[in-house]
Amino acid sequence: MSNARPLLSVRNLRTWLDAGDAVVRAVDGVSFEVHRGETFALVGESGCGKSMTALSIMRLLPDAGGIVGGSVELDGRDLLQLPESAMREVRGRRIGMIFQEPALSLNPVMTAGAQIAETLRRHTDLAGAALEERVQKLIEAVQIPDAARRRDEYPFQLSGGMKQRVMIAMALACDPELLIADEPTTAVDVTIQAQVLDLLRQLQRDRRMSMMLITHDLGVVAEMAHRVAVMYAGEIVETASREAFFARPAHPYSRRLFESLPTGAKRGAPLAAIPGTVPSLTRVFTGCRFADRCDSAWDLCHRVAPGWHGAGSGQMARCHLYAPGAKFKDDGGRMKAEVTTGDVGSHPSSFIPHPSVAATPLLAVRDLKVHFPVHKGLLRRVVAHVKAVDGVSLEIEAGRTLGLVGESGCGKTTVGKGILRLVEPTSGAVLFDGADLARLGRAELRPRRKDVQIIFQDPYASLNPRMRVMEALEEGMAALGIGAGREERQDRIDALLGDVGLARDLKFRYPHEFSGGQRQRVAIARALSVEPRLIICDEPTSALDVSVQAQILNLLKALQRKRGLAYLFITHNISVIEFLAHEVAVMYLGRIVERGSVEEVLAGPKHPYTRALLSAVPVMDPATKRNVIRLQGELPSPVSPPAGCHFHPRCPDAFARCREAYPDSARFTVSHSTACHLYAADAVKQKA
Amino acid sequence: MSFKLEILWTDALIYLLLVVVALLVRHVRRHEHLMAPWRKVARSASGMAAATVLAFFVVIGLADSVHYRPAVEVRDGKTIYAVEVLSVFDKLTTKLRTQKAKTYSAPLATHRYAKETIELPDGLQVRDYPRLTYGGAHLADPATEWGPDIARRCLYGIAGGALIWLVVATLLCVVLARWDPADTGRMWRALRRGETEIPWRAILLTLAVVLAVGGPLVALAANYHVFGTDKVGQDVFYQALKSVRTGLVIGTLTTLVMLPFALALGVMAGYFKGWVDDVIQYLYTTLSSIPGVLLIAAAVLMMQVWIETHPELFDTVLARADLRLLFLCVILGITSWTGLARLLRGEALKLREMEYIQAAHAFAVPHFRILTRHILPNVMHIVLIAIVMDFSGLVLAEAVLSYVGVGVDPSTISFGTMINSARLEMAREPIVWWSLTAAFTFMLLLVLSANLFADAVRDAFDPRIRVGRSFRLAAQKA
Repeated sequence: MSNARPLLSVRNLRTWLDAGDAVVRAVDGVSFEVHRGETFALVGESGCGKSMTALSIMRLLPDAGGIVGGSVELDGRDLLQLPESAMREVRGRRIGMIFQEPALSLNPVMTAGAQIAETLRRHTDLAGAALEERVQKLIEAVQIPDAARRRDEYPFQLSGGMKQRVMIAMALACDPELLIADEPTTAVDVTIQAQVLDLLRQLQRDRRMSMMLITHDLGVVAEMAHRVAVMYAGEIVETASREAFFARPAHPYSRRLFESLPTGAKRGAPLAAIPGTVPSLTRVFTGCRFADRCDSAWDLCHRVAPGWHGAGSGQMARCHLYAPGAKFKDDGGRMKAEVTTGDVGSHPSSFIPHPSVAATPLLAVRDLKVHFPVHKGLLRRVVAHVKAVDGVSLEIEAGRTLGLVGESGCGKTTVGKGILRLVEPTSGAVLFDGADLARLGRAELRPRRKDVQIIFQDPYASLNPRMRVMEALEEGMAALGIGAGREERQDRIDALLGDVGLARDLKFRYPHEFSGGQRQRVAIARALSVEPRLIICDEPTSALDVSVQAQILNLLKALQRKRGLAYLFITHNISVIEFLAHEVAVMYLGRIVERGSVEEVLAGPKHPYTRALLSAVPVMDPATKRNVIRLQGELPSPVSPPAGCHFHPRCPDAFARCREAYPDSARFTVSHSTACHLYAADAVKQKA
Repeated sequence: MSFKLEILWTDALIYLLLVVVALLVRHVRRHEHLMAPWRKVARSASGMAAATVLAFFVVIGLADSVHYRPAVEVRDGKTIYAVEVLSVFDKLTTKLRTQKAKTYSAPLATHRYAKETIELPDGLQVRDYPRLTYGGAHLADPATEWGPDIARRCLYGIAGGALIWLVVATLLCVVLARWDPADTGRMWRALRRGETEIPWRAILLTLAVVLAVGGPLVALAANYHVFGTDKVGQDVFYQALKSVRTGLVIGTLTTLVMLPFALALGVMAGYFKGWVDDVIQYLYTTLSSIPGVLLIAAAVLMMQVWIETHPELFDTVLARADLRLLFLCVILGITSWTGLARLLRGEALKLREMEYIQAAHAFAVPHFRILTRHILPNVMHIVLIAIVMDFSGLVLAEAVLSYVGVGVDPSTISFGTMINSARLEMAREPIVWWSLTAAFTFMLLLVLSANLFADAVRDAFDPRIRVGRSFRLAAQKA
């Protein structure tokens, strides 16, 4: 395979973007090869130029971008020299592409079948019945159930996973030799991601197609790739086979990436976050691009850009560490990291910041329901309710973290907003410090607002672009009457910024001058400004890169230890829960299906949904063979949840009773319980 | 000669508007993020060229908005002031205003447009085109001297314009060179090649065109009726210039009236939702289903009756006409807020779900503070775009309304009244075409430059439009 001419060969590709007053060197001298039948993964954090590389290969750059140098050879022909008309023959026919957001990549006024047929009509002579048949075959090939009906449906009738499959069918329509998948599963849930990755792997094997996979998720890489290239700041810093890469990442950046991933084993200590941020690509680099953030950098790294050096077993790294003759500091950083993780791993629960003395929880939610009415008709009568949250109960003790896990649309965010009364709960009680927050009037609620605060997911939407940091931080204090006067509040703002690791003079800046991670720090400081006892963290790190996520998780953990904060941590990311939470609750379609301590739930999941969810998470270590439980279909609509157990239509273990009644809670230990018929006292008899 | 300053209602509001604009400019200059889109406007060649033309109109309009009453005589130590209210602009164009012909005369004519029986000194009567009292009166023999005189004056005008242009361009060059240290020669070259950040070349070119047209106009206007005269012999050029103020007043003051309605109701509807939204939506849906002209006509006619039954309230004819102009602005404003309100409602609906507003709710920040501190600043770009886009529409609306007869007072000179009187002129034989042409040309210039400027503003402020320069340019720069 490796001796033959590679299918795709990119040499010294350079793509620049015009950002108005500066030129962004988005892709700066990238070279790689994709062989036939191989999956090549391009990994990197956002803004490192991986998508721009893909768009340059397809010659689909935005208006402000241009390829300024290099060559892209597909089977020996330089695509960059082709006229546009010949390039159209290449796109779709020889190279297919899948984009990140399936909802935006399909035309909403064309049926799924028509969109697939469009590609075929452009590139083949198929027509009439032959065309129809081919479309049908393609839809079946991407495993869309009920293909005959689905082909005549419009994108709005299809779910997210289904749309992604249609996208894949379109990309595969003309049997391309190369498939470029740009973050194909970033916008879908873990269980759907597992389905889509499976499908891609199977299609690639059957068709002997080459695939270029672009992702930021090392787990996806571990599952899919044959060869891996790591991109950083516009250039590739390491290439390796999958086995070599996951066994021993060579470049310091790759190593730090692994170290900054949260896992259960790292619970006891802060994550090894990469300090600083990715450098701006508008500047000209003289030395190594990673030197400023690298802990094994020496003066040479700042002066001379490193060339490619072999690191053994076909692995190549752009790093002075591997230069022949350089003192071979083998894995200094890596060894250290392993020591610390190993040390903590032996007693994982050693980290309990505030041992819970009081048995009464800080926050107790009892049977919380949030239903949104669905209006219809001229008189806007209520015809149905979206049962976003349908009877959720949970407790959080002071100084502890409860992780609330679930797929998108399961109602976990609504729980957080319902507790804060950002949406009005339909029924149920939110007991905080003896008062029922759900029953209080606006005026009575006011003084209690300071106790519970929230941090949001999107660091770009959570700060008003027209307010300086100082004003954003002062707002809450002014509204809740904290701090005697302006001066005292300013002092507090200075202290807060110090607490979240930002310089004081940043308070005069506007949000647009900050990076995503810095904004999230400001958002945390804002929540802290009124000295809350509980913070609801609504996916605070899911919009951030791995290295920045590690910084924020460390910060949250440090703040918890320092101030005795309790967190309700809402996320879909299991590994973050593993790292941060003490207790965990798993939500499915508006209800909690399983809860318990992190060790109990993650190590011994009881509910079939929890098991499927955990098994769907891609595993980094290729050595561990996991048995993925494939869930059929997707999350049903919360307007009309299935009768009986909500999970039964997708459950591999469902039996007759699951269709009839919602199961009661079965208790295993003091803390661990699940709502499933499998564990009911008489279940065994029933099943038999 | 002493005078008494007379501040009309619209004058006062225009001064207020100027103060507001000045304060806004100060505010914007202090905030980098507010400044950034304006920088983009300043970089747009078409926008800045349009702004140059607009500046001339604004200067005329402002000069026409400073009114006074000159003293006519002093009796018993008391100064008696004239009944007629004049503006600074009137004073500057005294010749145009006072040198009236008797009736129609064609542009640049020396004789009247229609034959008349003339009594010769010897008592004989002939039917001929009589000489005009002022137009071309300095010519002894118009038949031979007219052509060369016009050409000479045109040349003088162009030469004068060129001189002014050179002075302005040199001054600009010197100032720019001092600003960012460079020698004047190099700055000159940069200007000529269009390499400056602000497109000074486009501005200077526009200025050159305006001066090349304006110079001869001014030079000729002293002794001719450049655009002819109307039925009562008034100079059409003067009328067209006077109309500029009316257009500007309508275009700006209407917005001032409309803005509070649109802002308050639109933002409230989007933010509070529920019954507030329902009420406001019903209100503007109802309002926008009534034919606008009908509503305006009813209001204007009622107001007209009121003005006529209260003559004691007005010292001068102009004060009365001015109040009617103001009322027209108010009525137009009250009927035209719906479009902007609808836009703002949509934006507020989107903004209220933003996380920073949710965070403010979590802090129990009162609704009013959320509205003023979070929502309003974030919809201002829409408001600004709407204001500049509406301006030209309102100028045109005035023309239509005055044409229909429900617009400004007949004594107020405006594009609409000019076009209205042209209706009869177009029907007579031989046709009198210059009134309409002048009104049309000036209105087109005003509206076109306003539209071009509005486009530049929209491009700069609309976050959905990214004004991307072609890539090659930047690559070369780098």
